Amino acid sequence: MELIEHSSRELLAWLERGEVKAEELTSAYLQAIRQREAKVRAFVHLDEASALEQARRVDDKRRRGQPLGKLAGLPVAIKDVLCTKGVPTTCCSKILRNFIPPYDAHVISRLKEEDAVLIGKTNMDEFAMGSSTENSAFQITRNPWDLERTPGGSSGGSAAAVAACEVPLSIGSDTGGSIRQPASLCGIVGLKPTYGRVSRFGLVAFASSLDQVGPFGHDTYDVALLMEVIAGHDRRDSTSAPEPVPPYRQTLDQPVLPLRIGVAREYFGEGLDAEVEQAVREALQVYRRLGATIQEVSLPHSRYAIATYYIVATAEASSNLARYDGVHYGYRAQRFDNMIHMYSRTRGEGFGAEVKRRIMLGTYVLSRGYYEAYYLKALKVRRLIKEDFDKAFAECDVVAGPTSPTPAFRIGEKVADPLAMYLSDIYTISCNLAGIAGISIPCGFTRNGLPIGLQLLAPPFAEEKLLRIARMYERETDWHLRRPVVPA
Amino acid sequence: MALKPEEVRWVAHLARLECSPEEIELFTMQLSQIVEYVNQLQEVQTEGVEPLSHCLPLHNVFREDEASPSLSVDEALANAPARKGDFYSVPAVLD
Repeated sequence: MELIEHSSRELLAWLERGEVKAEELTSAYLQAIRQREAKVRAFVHLDEASALEQARRVDDKRRRGQPLGKLAGLPVAIKDVLCTKGVPTTCCSKILRNFIPPYDAHVISRLKEEDAVLIGKTNMDEFAMGSSTENSAFQITRNPWDLERTPGGSSGGSAAAVAACEVPLSIGSDTGGSIRQPASLCGIVGLKPTYGRVSRFGLVAFASSLDQVGPFGHDTYDVALLMEVIAGHDRRDSTSAPEPVPPYRQTLDQPVLPLRIGVAREYFGEGLDAEVEQAVREALQVYRRLGATIQEVSLPHSRYAIATYYIVATAEASSNLARYDGVHYGYRAQRFDNMIHMYSRTRGEGFGAEVKRRIMLGTYVLSRGYYEAYYLKALKVRRLIKEDFDKAFAECDVVAGPTSPTPAFRIGEKVADPLAMYLSDIYTISCNLAGIAGISIPCGFTRNGLPIGLQLLAPPFAEEKLLRIARMYERETDWHLRRPVVPA
Repeated sequence: MALKPEEVRWVAHLARLECSPEEIELFTMQLSQIVEYVNQLQEVQTEGVEPLSHCLPLHNVFREDEASPSLSVDEALANAPARKGDFYSVPAVLD
C-alpha cells in the first residue's frame, strides 16, 4: 500500500513516531489531488498553501513537545455545507456562490482544536438535495471505481475524495442517507450519528429535524476517531444532546456477544439488485459464524418512509430556505420591479431545479387546505415508523440490510426522473425519520467491480456498540482494504 | 389527483420563486407524479396517533442570559449584496 492509501490508525502511529511529518503527509495527498482531481472532481475549494501551513504548525508543535490534538496532522475534507470562517461555503448553489462565513461551524472548531489539516471543501448536491451529487451548480463528481458512474449523494464529493485517496478522512451530512448511500457506492465507511449527537451549529440547514453531520473514512477506526472529535453537546445547538461521548476507539476491537441481528423482510424487497442482496446475505453469514443470532424483525411502515420523508423534509426545507432572499447575503438579481419581485427573481435565478421542486412541494404540503392531509398526516406516519424501530430494537441489537438497492448508477441515468432518484434512498431514509444511528460498511463488489455496502442501524446513542458490531465484520474481511485505480 | 398549472403558479408565488412558463409546465408534471406517490400515506390508519415532529425527548432547553461577544457590524454586513452605511440596503418597500 502507498502512504496515502492507509487508514488513520497507521497514519497516526507514523506521525506520532516521527516516521512521517505532517507536512510530508499533506504534500502526498495534495499530489494525489493534483493527479486525480481532473477525473474525480471531488473538491470545489482547495487551498494548498493553507493546508501546508496548518501541517507545518502541527510539526512545529510536535517538535517543541507541545500537547497535540487527536487528529494531529491528518488531512480532513469538508462537505461544502458546513460554515468555515473566511473560506467560501456555497452549498454548491449559485445563490451562495460568493458567501464567506464570518464564523466556524461547531464541527469545524472541533476539528481545528484537535489539530486536523483542513484541506478543502467538497462537492455536493445543491443544499444537500439529491442522491448523486449531480445537482451541484458547479461540477459533476465521478465515482473513483468507475468514472462513468456517480459517487452517490448528496455528500458525493466527501465520499469520492476518501475513496480516491485524495484525503484520509472527510465530513458529510445525512438528511435521508446522504452519508451512508455515497459511502456504500464508493466502497468506504460512513456513519450517520443519532439525531442530536453532533451539533448542527454552522451546518447550513436543509431539514432541521432530520439533518446530522457525520464522518467518512476507509474503516471503522477512521469514523470512530472522527466521532470522538465531532460528537458532544454544544450550547449553540439546543437540539444537541448532553449524553457523554465515549472513547469509541478504546472499545472498538471488543466484540459484542451475545449479538442479535435483526433482518427486516421489508429491506429485501422489489428493486433490490441480485448481487447486492447476495453480498448482504453473505455478510449475515459472517456474523452467524461469529456467534450472532440472525432473526427476522418487522418494520411494516418502512414502505411509507419515502412518502413521509418527501413531505417532512420538503416542508422544513421550504421554511429553512426562505432566508435566501437577496438581502442579507448571497446572490441578488440585477433587475427587478419592486421588493417582492427582487425576492422571487433572486430565488428563481439562484436556485437549481431540484431545490425549486422541493421548495414548491414543501410549500404545497404546508399550504391552506393541504396541511392536515399531507404534513400532519406525514408526522403521524413518522411516529409509526419510529415505533417500528422501538419494537425491533427491543428484540435485537442492530437491524442489518443493504445500504442502497443498487450499486453506483450511471451519470445522467436518473436526472430526468426525480421520483426514481428519490427511490434510491429507500433503505436509508427511515433512519433519519426515527432519529436513530446508522452506518454503511463495505461488504463486497459486483462482477463489474462496483462496491456494495452493508447498512447497520442501531438505537439512539448506541454508536459505540454499532461501531464494535461493524468492526466484528471488518476484522473478518478485506473489502475495506481495497483501493480503486484512478487513471491519471 | 394531478396538479393544475394555475395551482403550481400559485405555489410558486407563495414560495417567492419566479418560474418560467417551461418550468411551470415541467413542475406541474413532476409535482403531480410526486404528489400522487405521497398520496399512498392516506391508506395508513393514523387515528389516535400523535404527530412526531422531533425525535429527541428534549423540551425547553434553557441557558443563562449572559452577554457574549458577537459579530461586528462590518463582519455582519460583509456578505450583504447591497449596503448603505451600517444597514442592509433594499429597494423601496413603500412608494
